[in-house]
Amino acid sequence: MTALTNHASVLLIAIPLLGAFAVPLLGKLGRGTRNTFVGLIALITAAFAGLLAASVFGRAGAPGLYVLGGGGFGIPLPTGLTVPIRIILEIDGMSAFMALITALVTLTGAFFSFSYWKDRSGGTLFYSLLLLLTAGIFGMELTGDMFNFFVFLEITSIAACGLIGFRVWLRNSQEAGFKVMALYTLSGLFVLLAVGLLYGQYGGLNIAYLASALTGSAIDLVALGLLLTGLALKAGAVPLHMWAPDAYGEAPAPMSAVLVANSQASLYGLFRILFTLFGLTISVAALGWILIVLALLTIFVGVTMALIQSDIKRLIAYGAVSQIGYMLLGVGVGLAVSVAKPDYGFIAMQGGIFHMLNDAACIGLLFFVSGVIIRATGTRDLNRMGGLAHSMKWTSVLFMIGAFALAGVPPFNGFASKFLIYEAAFKLSPFLSVIAILSSILLLAVFVKVFQAAFLGPKPEGLSSEVPMGMMVPMVALALVVVVFGLFPGFFVDKIVTPAANALWYGRDAYIGLVLGGG
Amino acid sequence: MSIGNLPFVVAVLLVAFGIYTFLFKRNLIKLVIGVSLVETGVNLFLVTLGYRTAGIAPIYTFAPEAERMVLPTPQALTLTSIVIGLATTALLLSFAVFIHRHYGTLDVRKVKELQG
Repeated sequence: MTALTNHASVLLIAIPLLGAFAVPLLGKLGRGTRNTFVGLIALITAAFAGLLAASVFGRAGAPGLYVLGGGGFGIPLPTGLTVPIRIILEIDGMSAFMALITALVTLTGAFFSFSYWKDRSGGTLFYSLLLLLTAGIFGMELTGDMFNFFVFLEITSIAACGLIGFRVWLRNSQEAGFKVMALYTLSGLFVLLAVGLLYGQYGGLNIAYLASALTGSAIDLVALGLLLTGLALKAGAVPLHMWAPDAYGEAPAPMSAVLVANSQASLYGLFRILFTLFGLTISVAALGWILIVLALLTIFVGVTMALIQSDIKRLIAYGAVSQIGYMLLGVGVGLAVSVAKPDYGFIAMQGGIFHMLNDAACIGLLFFVSGVIIRATGTRDLNRMGGLAHSMKWTSVLFMIGAFALAGVPPFNGFASKFLIYEAAFKLSPFLSVIAILSSILLLAVFVKVFQAAFLGPKPEGLSSEVPMGMMVPMVALALVVVVFGLFPGFFVDKIVTPAANALWYGRDAYIGLVLGGG
Repeated sequence: MSIGNLPFVVAVLLVAFGIYTFLFKRNLIKLVIGVSLVETGVNLFLVTLGYRTAGIAPIYTFAPEAERMVLPTPQALTLTSIVIGLATTALLLSFAVFIHRHYGTLDVRKVKELQG
């Protein structure tokens, strides 16, 4: 068991990666074999994510190091060298927290797809790309090396665009695929250029080593600007959000949820770079305010654009864009005050980070329900559907749970995290909270409109019955997460969110010390 | 003769041309060319980082004594980046092919059903 725990971090990347390339072979043996295999891989991966999280949170989020070829958590420096050149994974509270989110979304996404994709073609491509995307996301979250971060970022880009555009017979999916791939590639190249700039100055690629050597020179600031642009683009923050509704809207419904997890992994990369790589070598207050402005724009534009949509998936996609803004707002407030470190800064960080998990659960649930609606009605146009509640009572309840959670209505999980953000942002400036709360109310109005359009109204003819068990179980699982995290937020904030926020807010020295010694 | 900072200037120019092409050209294939130009600029930048004047290839076996070697790490990074670039370019071009099949054009002004 300890051996498994030791190697959990690398297995999290290796198992889905090998699985991804095995799926096309197993696809030749028939759908049943293939689906069993994918389900098994998804389960094993999620189990390892749980194991990893249990061990990291068991030691209160203290960072752990995995050296590839080094036999587990071990000595990072080859004897006699002063520059860490080994390939390492470094896992602290924040990484483990993100791994949990990814595991939750990919596991439910895979199991939802078994039923959702049963009678459609292209399943082998679909599952292969899903596992590849999973491996890439885990890689981004666990790696301790800037260049490996770039490589995993590109793996997720390619796999994500594959998922958006693999149905080549749909014309809009090709348009979305091209747009998203071009922007993802540019964002990846910005990151690579920044990695090159940092390497040129300090001669290393290891995040901990770079963090210890950074001086905050003009070239560092250029690198920071490139990283900020590249990762904000990949996370879908306004004004670089134009790909996000296309991507989430045109991908198959269960995969939209996984794409949101992918955006969150880029957001994680951004936070890691701001707090751990650069830390206090830069003027954090100014940078925090940049994040706050981006956050307010994202929240506002996301919600107002959602308001005018008539396509159900694009509408939910804009909802997902606006939620990225809340995460940026929480962490931006934390960053802006991270010199003085007042209490409310930490609360803001907790709120922003907690919201990542909550958003993944409720936006995932909403995308699943949108898939069910599209299947049942055969259209994505809100004006042409209605009356689904007559035959889909449970689905309509699940939709309500997801929509209320996303809009931050108590007692669901979105309220728990948004309340922390409102409270802390209010201390910095009441204006921030006002915008955030108003946008949440607008979002509620948007989803009431969707509920009215899709579920209420006269009973349509030839309506299909309630969704099959295979789709219901993953949706109920996500709804349970939404409700349980909303009813007992204190427990989860203590156990998993605080270690994650600690890792960013206080953990820089420990992160560096673990690799370079003396910490 | 040392070439000084010339390769860096070329790299920056390539990136700038690539971004210009990406922002202002209307043809999908030209957009792909723009992305490729940025990529080439970044690759050139990486290789230049590791270049030492009059250096030899960084292979220790049978290397002459006291020779300067170019840095191996940036070369490894560039190779990885080239491979990734191949995959992204291929994917972009295949999307362009399918867009042409569906829409009958490569003009971005006519391929915009997804808006708002």
